[in-house]
Amino acid sequence: MQPRAILTSQQFSLTIRRLCHLLIENHGDFKNSVIIGVQPRGILLSARIEKELRSITKLPNLQHGKLDITFYRDDFRQKGKPLEASETNIPFSIEGKKVILIDDVLYTGRTIRAALDAMLDFGRPENVELLVLIDRRLHRDLPIQATYVGKIIDSIAHERVKVEWEEEGLKDTVWIENV
Amino acid sequence: MSALSQKHLLGIKYIQKSDIELILQTASRFKEVLQRPIKKVPSLRDITIANLFFEDSTRTRISFELAEKRLSADTINFSASNSSVKKGETLLDTVRNILAMKVDMVVMRHSSSGAPVFLSQHIPASIVNAGDGTNEHPTQALLDAYSMTEKFGTLKGLRVLIVGDITHSRVAGSNIPLLQKMGAEVTVCGPPTLIPKHLPELGVRVETNLKKALQWCDVANVLRIQLERMDIKFVPTLREYSLFYGINRELLDSLNKQITIMHPGPINRGVELNSDVADSGQSLILQQVENGVAVRMAVMYLLAGRE
Repeated sequence: MQPRAILTSQQFSLTIRRLCHLLIENHGDFKNSVIIGVQPRGILLSARIEKELRSITKLPNLQHGKLDITFYRDDFRQKGKPLEASETNIPFSIEGKKVILIDDVLYTGRTIRAALDAMLDFGRPENVELLVLIDRRLHRDLPIQATYVGKIIDSIAHERVKVEWEEEGLKDTVWIENV
Repeated sequence: MSALSQKHLLGIKYIQKSDIELILQTASRFKEVLQRPIKKVPSLRDITIANLFFEDSTRTRISFELAEKRLSADTINFSASNSSVKKGETLLDTVRNILAMKVDMVVMRHSSSGAPVFLSQHIPASIVNAGDGTNEHPTQALLDAYSMTEKFGTLKGLRVLIVGDITHSRVAGSNIPLLQKMGAEVTVCGPPTLIPKHLPELGVRVETNLKKALQWCDVANVLRIQLERMDIKFVPTLREYSLFYGINRELLDSLNKQITIMHPGPINRGVELNSDVADSGQSLILQQVENGVAVRMAVMYLLAGRE
């Protein structure tokens, strides 16, 4: 089966804009809130969210971090999983802050479990929300759900969801394909 | 997916350039972990590591232990001075007994060159060489490389001078192949009695005049005179050695450039290095120690992840 686009370029930007409006509604001027993208793919979304938030309203307080979860994975030593870590850069304190974790696709929930553990090593936030572009809701291994969802899809296990970005020289598109 | 090409870290001569790059890259991630409020990750929580030190060590041993704890591994420590080695147990028997208690990785220092290679042929666990005789000390070379990369951006084309007792130095034994694999230029300087004859064949320059050598280099890695490994006199007196091969402030100031000084420790102050050099802003010595933990975390994490 050919890859099928589930979010085309135009829908993609509408979705991101909607997510940003929801964030502004809940977090106001982001004085006590921070956004953290999960490496490697979540930071593409968090960077886009930051850009879009700033284009909607002036946000001098908005802070944006990157979090790598490689050392926190529960599938370390299982074949085919990367050992190579990406950069973590959280140049601010998360103590007492409202944290919005951002990743592109929510699937089994294991990455988010690892991200929560990794993030808590930086301090004790007031609360944590999760924003994802795609929620594959039928495949959760852990009781984890997103606060903000771009699009929910009911996929089957041997399908793969792929998010492509303009920043990578491609068109903003979400694909679903058989593997 | 990138992983190490080897199951053990026995020496720099057994690993490839891509392995070195992966270790240094991973070490920079761990260095960031060490700046966090909670300086610990759960990666190796199901791994048990035995630190077998058949020879004395302070820095390396503490550094490995700390690295293991920061990775959440379980550790056991063994030193030859208070063990059954004194009762005549062989190396292999000692290690087999420890492995029988379900140990996954062995960090070993031994006074015999080649002891880790010998062990790797007989036991299933991964082995990290923490220094074997006068052969290799790979994690020291890796942390030296990391510290130089941090300071200069790259090792390629970097002019590195190694000063002192090259013959008995496992630090030189690991540093030379590493620097060459990474494209640095290497010169050694020391008394002719302490420089192995085969070095020029390996593409290493030999210079016996310290001032000329320092004038050439970007970094000088200064080694300790290892009196405990010298069964005959290689230098007449320490005082004479210090006069010809000791680095002091006056000598550094007489150069027309600012070079960086490194030392693997422990320093014989006043012999190979004067305090006004060792404690100056030109010295990377304490950064080397700091980076040692991150580099050793990277090595053990990558070895454990291969399985």
